[in-house]
Amino acid sequence: MPAPIRLRELIRTIRTARTQAEEREMIQKECAAIRSSFREEDNTYRCRNVAKLLYMHMLGYPAHFGQLECLKLIASQKFTDKRIGYLGAMLLLDERQDVHLLMTNCIKNDLNHSTQFVQGLALCTLGCMGSSEMCRDLAGEVEKLLKTSNSYLRKKAALCAVHVIRKVPELMEMFLPATKNLLNEKNHGVLHTSVVLLTEMCERSPDMLAHFRKNEKLVPQLVRILKNLIMSGYSPEHDVSGISDPFLQVRILRLLRILGRNDDDSSEAMNDILAQVATNTETSKNVGNAILYETVLTIMDIKSESGLRVLAINILGRFLLNNDKNIRYVALTSLLKTVQTDHNAVQRHRSTIVDCLKDLDVSIKRRAMELSFALVNGNNIRGMMKELLYFLDSCEPEFKADCASGIFLAAEKYAPSKRWHIDTIMRVLTTAGSYVRDDAVPNLIQLITNSVEMHAYTVQRLYKAILGDYSQQPLVQVAAWCIGEYGDLLVSGQCEEEEPIQVTEDEVLDILESVLISNMSTSVTRGYALTAIMKLSTRFTCTVNRIKKVVSIYGSSIDVELQQRAVEYNALFKKYDHMRSALLERMPVMEKVTTNGPTEIVQTNGETEPAPLETKPPPSGPQPTSQANDLLDLLGGNDITPVIPTAPTSKPASAGGELLDLLGDITLTGAPTAAPTPASVPQISQPSFLLDGLSSQPLFNDITTGIPSITAYSKNGLKIEFTFERSNTNPSVTVITIQASNSTELDMTDFVFQAAVPKTFQLQLLSPSSSIVPAFNTGTITQVIKVLNPQKQQLRMRIKLTYNHKGSAMQDLAEVNNFPPQSWQ
Amino acid sequence: MCSFLEWRDLKIVYKRYASLYFCCAIEDQDNELITLEIIHRYVELLDKYFGSVCELDIIFNFEKAYFILDEFLLGGEVQETSKKNVLKAIEQADLLQEPRHEYFNVPVY
Repeated sequence: MPAPIRLRELIRTIRTARTQAEEREMIQKECAAIRSSFREEDNTYRCRNVAKLLYMHMLGYPAHFGQLECLKLIASQKFTDKRIGYLGAMLLLDERQDVHLLMTNCIKNDLNHSTQFVQGLALCTLGCMGSSEMCRDLAGEVEKLLKTSNSYLRKKAALCAVHVIRKVPELMEMFLPATKNLLNEKNHGVLHTSVVLLTEMCERSPDMLAHFRKNEKLVPQLVRILKNLIMSGYSPEHDVSGISDPFLQVRILRLLRILGRNDDDSSEAMNDILAQVATNTETSKNVGNAILYETVLTIMDIKSESGLRVLAINILGRFLLNNDKNIRYVALTSLLKTVQTDHNAVQRHRSTIVDCLKDLDVSIKRRAMELSFALVNGNNIRGMMKELLYFLDSCEPEFKADCASGIFLAAEKYAPSKRWHIDTIMRVLTTAGSYVRDDAVPNLIQLITNSVEMHAYTVQRLYKAILGDYSQQPLVQVAAWCIGEYGDLLVSGQCEEEEPIQVTEDEVLDILESVLISNMSTSVTRGYALTAIMKLSTRFTCTVNRIKKVVSIYGSSIDVELQQRAVEYNALFKKYDHMRSALLERMPVMEKVTTNGPTEIVQTNGETEPAPLETKPPPSGPQPTSQANDLLDLLGGNDITPVIPTAPTSKPASAGGELLDLLGDITLTGAPTAAPTPASVPQISQPSFLLDGLSSQPLFNDITTGIPSITAYSKNGLKIEFTFERSNTNPSVTVITIQASNSTELDMTDFVFQAAVPKTFQLQLLSPSSSIVPAFNTGTITQVIKVLNPQKQQLRMRIKLTYNHKGSAMQDLAEVNNFPPQSWQ
Repeated sequence: MCSFLEWRDLKIVYKRYASLYFCCAIEDQDNELITLEIIHRYVELLDKYFGSVCELDIIFNFEKAYFILDEFLLGGEVQETSKKNVLKAIEQADLLQEPRHEYFNVPVY
């Protein structure tokens, strides 16, 4: 058997291949040769074969059959073999391969080898790809090497320890004694790796962090080392563009950040050195800026004094003006992190940030966009919106959806006038119409409905917008809805805000029919258009016959949605003509619900089926009133007001009904009295559908996060937990979601939860998700309570629970006093 | 153009040298600018070792490129900040290889 070809020969041969197929052929031939060589258990050339295999692996070809050979190489006595063997192990073997554990013994032996380079190889391999089992077995060896005086091994052992801790955090304790004198080293390699090790330990364990702060006095040591680095003269060994060991400086700054976070003493101890680094570092080269960047991050994260913070923000401001794109990107990222805490300081740089929107680089644009949205407020909304709309026009498609959502949110919060708001939204719909999120359509419709004085202006603008182009679905949907609602204003030419246009009824119907026929219209859009046409039958005078014809044509449409609508509208013309005008009346003003951002309120779109209208009242019917009175009696009737759970006619129910109207789509299932006009309808069932959704989703888009939940009641196996949400825009409302769970072995049935609050509060209890608490914690009952607390007094609540359990009726009263301050302050 | 990209939950830092792109994936809390320096330090090490390194040097001596990398970084962290020490370690390790060659340019395998 001839000697296998040398590695470099193989590389040269492969590189002569002119096509992919040729290369594959060469590789396959060589792999076959290597395989047979492996089978022969040839020690001399194993190293060469594995090296060739690794090259082919790098090109992307399978090399798994070499895994065992790597193990054999590792076990060999020759250094060349070991070197290639360990490299092969790192490239081909990982935790998922069964054979990797076979390495453990070899590594253990090599960790105790007489040659430091062999020990080094073992440490490197363990530190790169050691699995948790391997780490557990070998941690002791690593710890031993961490205490050696050989700095070459010590630095490797430190990083190996970092890997062990990442894999098996419980072993952290074991390395603690060895860290005692690590920072006394002169060798920079050991210093650097020691700082990494200490960083890892402090990040993972608050106990360790406290220990290092107090007992080891880590901060003064680090400050001293950093000072030496800065003050010492030129050291050729560690110099990078005039700065001494920037890698070590950056790591020390990062460790200082962790030590100073939330700790006044530590933060104070490092104030001086941070100021020194911030002012003295050269900024002409990237390396100096790297150190400044780390310094700024540290200053912003610890409890630094205000002068230092101002210095940091100014550095970021200078970064923003730097020609180097990388520096600008880094500045934008940092400002995004600090905009919450130092809002005013960041505002000063707003114009530079807005300029970055025009940058060519994608990463910078994204950061600038996010930061711009964070900086929008009531004062700068007009200017900012102009820039953002311009950005929306010209940016890449991947940004458009986020930008549109951001604009809607900002407009919602800070719109200076209704007209401006509607104009802005129109602009977004016309420029980025197809990228707008689905929930924008119902929000916009609600906004338009509520701006009563703008109806004529809005419908006119929307009409003009879709005249030319009706391909952007969200725009067409909103326009169709508006034309359906306010078509009469359109033809009568009543617009005050701008020059009224002359439109005839036929022209309006023309455009709506074009939308219906167009290939570009989705099924949803067609539904909107058909309903709009139907509504116009009560608003237009001369074209009712035309409308009747259109509606009857679609009675045989293939699209089931359209067909159903058309058939029902037809019925409206024929059998129920007398109530057509009442049914198709103008929409009332809807209850204002805060908009959706990424967190969504459940609002049914035109697409989803509305819940069938039932006439049964909510489960919490008349009885709660009497029970609430009992509650009052029991409490002695002093400063507590009883609460009555949702009565059928209260707000949420009508919101449900109006949201039903929002669909513009009335599924008549029979009784004409199921008409969804707000006053009369028994929309009571609606709340149980919509509110179930509401109670399981966050209700506000700018919720105050992080309010801890409490266990309000826990007795006899029944546990009730309260979770809280509050809105930044309406801080007197607290929404409490209760969850009742049952750890006993039998279900609790007929469960009723009632609550009472002091007089200064108002309370509203919405319908529960069910009345059975299943056993063994297999499920929960959820119920939403809304508390209005305008005087911001401390929340207190008395609750009464009634249920059936193990065949007997149970009842209990309790007081809840452990509300966290964030829920009412 | 900016040298940073976002990919999944990582950041990719890249630097171009002639026809080669050196890419490095870092975590969210890592410093991008110092990563550029790390990439540059590695290229300097290759340059010193091979003497004006070019693409072919790396292709035909890929295992050595790995060995140098393993003396500079370990487990994703920098283990030695002195260029001199890294190169010294590599040279000494090279001397241990069997069969011993007088000239490093003669291939071992």
